Amino acid sequence: MKKRLRWILGSVVLIIILYLILFYPFQILIYEKLLFIPVLKRVIFILLLSAAFCLFRIMKGPTALDRIVAIDILGILIVGLCSVLTITTGRSWYLDIGIAWALQSFIGTIALSKYMEGRDFDD
Amino acid sequence: MIDTIGIIFIGLGIFFDLFGCLGLIRFPDLYNRLQASTKCVTFGTGSILFGTFLIVGFTAAGIKALFTIIFIVLTAPVSAHALSKSAHMSGIPLWQESVCDKLEDENRYKKNDQ
Amino acid sequence: MRSKIVLFIVALVVWLGFTWPPDLSHLLVGILVAIFVAYMTGDMFITRPHHLIHPLRYFWLFVYIPVFIWECFKANLDVVYRVIHPDVPINPGIVKVKTKLKSDTGITFLANSITLTPGTLSVDVDQDNGYLYIHWIHVFNEDVEGATKDIVRRFEYILERIFE
Repeated sequence: MKKRLRWILGSVVLIIILYLILFYPFQILIYEKLLFIPVLKRVIFILLLSAAFCLFRIMKGPTALDRIVAIDILGILIVGLCSVLTITTGRSWYLDIGIAWALQSFIGTIALSKYMEGRDFDD
Repeated sequence: MIDTIGIIFIGLGIFFDLFGCLGLIRFPDLYNRLQASTKCVTFGTGSILFGTFLIVGFTAAGIKALFTIIFIVLTAPVSAHALSKSAHMSGIPLWQESVCDKLEDENRYKKNDQ
Repeated sequence: MRSKIVLFIVALVVWLGFTWPPDLSHLLVGILVAIFVAYMTGDMFITRPHHLIHPLRYFWLFVYIPVFIWECFKANLDVVYRVIHPDVPINPGIVKVKTKLKSDTGITFLANSITLTPGTLSVDVDQDNGYLYIHWIHVFNEDVEGATKDIVRRFEYILERIFE
């Protein structure tokens, strides 16, 4: 019963946040020649919301490996964010940042998981 | 026309990204979280990059997006595999309502054998 | 030697992609760097270069890609259903499956495909006996034969023709 209540509360909060992101009348100042660019500028905030979920798991995670999982997922998510920024700003070097971030994140995750291998899970 | 198809791909990718990260919060133990988030975020980011390629076309950014898709699809499962193996070796337990753990049984059998 | 030539071609293609509008100076620097990389690390790149000449393997590779993308899409819908359901309908466990693939590349691609398809994540590999340990989000069959039939069969038929 308590679980159902938490689910209803969480979904209502999520729907309100998504509604605010997509339909609240912000002033979007920059003139663009393509029509869908203002929509994409709002959609970036959804990616930032997902990154906030990852940061919540990094803050709360009971063991060290939970935090490493969240860091790995955050790394892949940022590549998508850089890709959307490439379209909205029209500068192609954002994608270079994305590639470098993906490489660093992969190597870092492999190194951290090899480091944690065989240790107790509360170190 | 091609811009519309690209924007549909980007919207699909962002939908899957959001629910993958929601799974990171809702699921009860490390292995389930790893499953949900790896699948959803890999496919979502690949879809966003493919939409970028469709909108930008065969320019420098488009080719880089294609290479990044190949790189992510090859490396994300590998890092998930490394993380789950390391978690199982360092003794993180499965969720208490799990059905079976054949790997743990196997390791215990080997230990008794020696 | 053949492995070094293959690595040279792959490195040159990746370099040309990253510096896309093709240019004489970029091409010269790329050829020098690709020769250096192939000379230094070419021995470890692939172990059986004679398999690359077969045209039938490329045909099966092109069959494999749409199957893989479709399975991936189904996996994502499955995960979204499990996430937004209020009771989180999961029934997890680690099962053991048997595979017929022997080569390193084949087992790597099988494990990656298993990780990105509905409800499964490869945890450990026993290469000597050909067993994979797989975390399954909703266990239907606990025994080896049933799990093998449910998880491995959809890819093994194609991957056997590509990599063996």
